[in-house]
Amino acid sequence: MKQIFHLTLPLLITFLLSLFFAFQFFVPHESIRDTYTYLLQCTMIIGCFAMLLGIYSLVRVHFIRIKRRAQNYKYSYMTITALTLTIIVGLFGSIEKGPALEGHMYYFIYNTVLIPIQATMFSLLAFFIASAAYRAFRARSLVATVLLLTAVFVMIGRVPIGGQIHEFLPAFAHWLLNVPNLAAKRAIMIGIGLGASATALKVALGIERSHFGG
Amino acid sequence: MKLSRIIGLLMFFTVIVIYGISPVYPQVNEDITAEDIVEAEPLHQTDIEQKLIKPCTIIKVQDKPDDGGKAIEIFWEDPESERQSLKGYEIMRGKSPEGPFESVTVLAPKTFNYTDIVDENHVEYFYKIRKTFKQGYIDSRISDKAIALPQWFDKRYISVLIFTIIYIFACVFFIITSIKGKEYYVRPIAGISAVDEAIGRATEMGKPILFLNGLGTATEPSTLASFAILGRVAKKTAEYKIRLINPQYEPIVMSVAQDVVKNAYTEAGHPDAYDEKDVFFITHDQFSFTAAVNGIMLRDKPATNFYMGMFYAESLLLAETGAYAGSIQIAGTDQILQIPFFVTACDYTLIGEELYAASAYLSREPKLLGTLKGQDLGKLIAAILLIIGTINITIAHWFDIPWLDFLKNFLDTGN
Repeated sequence: MKQIFHLTLPLLITFLLSLFFAFQFFVPHESIRDTYTYLLQCTMIIGCFAMLLGIYSLVRVHFIRIKRRAQNYKYSYMTITALTLTIIVGLFGSIEKGPALEGHMYYFIYNTVLIPIQATMFSLLAFFIASAAYRAFRARSLVATVLLLTAVFVMIGRVPIGGQIHEFLPAFAHWLLNVPNLAAKRAIMIGIGLGASATALKVALGIERSHFGG
Repeated sequence: MKLSRIIGLLMFFTVIVIYGISPVYPQVNEDITAEDIVEAEPLHQTDIEQKLIKPCTIIKVQDKPDDGGKAIEIFWEDPESERQSLKGYEIMRGKSPEGPFESVTVLAPKTFNYTDIVDENHVEYFYKIRKTFKQGYIDSRISDKAIALPQWFDKRYISVLIFTIIYIFACVFFIITSIKGKEYYVRPIAGISAVDEAIGRATEMGKPILFLNGLGTATEPSTLASFAILGRVAKKTAEYKIRLINPQYEPIVMSVAQDVVKNAYTEAGHPDAYDEKDVFFITHDQFSFTAAVNGIMLRDKPATNFYMGMFYAESLLLAETGAYAGSIQIAGTDQILQIPFFVTACDYTLIGEELYAASAYLSREPKLLGTLKGQDLGKLIAAILLIIGTINITIAHWFDIPWLDFLKNFLDTGN
């Protein structure tokens, strides 16, 4: 009985739903479209409830850290406090639709705390790109030199001064991006498409079962 | 030279040759407002009688093919489309030839087709085109009836269906032959071969391993592929008694990952070594997640970092921090834009399809290896189609033989 509920039934549901999702791609009929939309909405609802699982996991991990006085446990106080405050403000603040929302405390926290933090993290990318580019573009071999030269042509060709140096540069940069670069990208994309389809097939047929826990 | 390399080179050079032709879509005339149309008056009857101004001619109204219904296509022609004073075409719709007709939209001059979204299927609709000038307007004759109907098969995807069927049969065929004992060669993939080496390094250093499943949901194929790799890594960490840290961005992925790791520890014979709090949720916010994982990397200094699954802008932030922390890094993603970042910052990178091949490569299960051969056949078919298509289109355009475009037309429209 345990085998039926833990393996056979999930495999059967996976197979039937995989068939439906493959079938719906070829069928534009509204009855199929409506069922497809309904199933996608179900996924979203499940996702919302799953967030409770996530919050439970987060709170549990940090409470254990505080309880055990683990290394850097003080950060856990910050996490729990921030989480609790945001939930309280979100749930019990007077949320109204329309412009009133803009002045709400929840959005104040969002706009003045979270967005600057996100922007800071994203800004770091500029410096990381510089350091990664330095490593990638060192001319240690013939191939690396070709990469370096290509990068130089693309960079100069994509800025206004490139056209001022020679009119050939922007056209060459455009060609590099849109012909050899795009060809390589499309070749990878074909491989990815086939690999993803094979994975989907393995899951549908129950050959790949790692998502059931091994 | 290996067959796969030849296929790769053929695909590369063939795609270089191909150039797409951009389709032209009808544009709504934004210069004309509804008020302009309401203010316009019918043109003088004398002008029309003297044939100074000619109305549009509706060529065809029909149900939009290959759709879910509630859409009707209208095609018309206008002998005076170049006239300077022409402001646009107003599409008028009614449920009876006698009217009343209501305005649907206003289109720019030189537009000769429109797809109207109607309220109901199986209902008769009639159309007329109101041609609007600065001086007034003139209506076309009323069209024949058109009925919107939903279809059960989208003919445009017939080529996809054929390819899908061939592909599925090929995969199933290779799976069966593999189960029957036929051995297939799988080329060595450096990134996957390095998994054991990376785990060994962590064991020697006595440091943890960090595994990230990416930012995808549990429905993404790349996330599913990452579970297979996570299972193998977890089994090894259980055997060598190393800590596995698996922070999560998505609660459902976390739940699945907990099961995967727990089962791997049980299979390895160390169920008690599994600690649920090592597979934990952080946040569902991209950069907050990145900040938290970067913090873990810098505080815990893992010996090895695995990045498997879907990654976006955070890929370089994570991989550079990992490199700074001195970890061996193995990445695998199907996100094309992130592959160069991983190649630059990681020691090994699984590029695109290699991520999907990893579970077969690591387990060596015949059933999984069979699908790899199916993928190879799929690539071969794609390469052959690309070459034939390129030759077809090139000859068709050089010698102006439109019927030679048949392959492109078949792949595009199913006709």
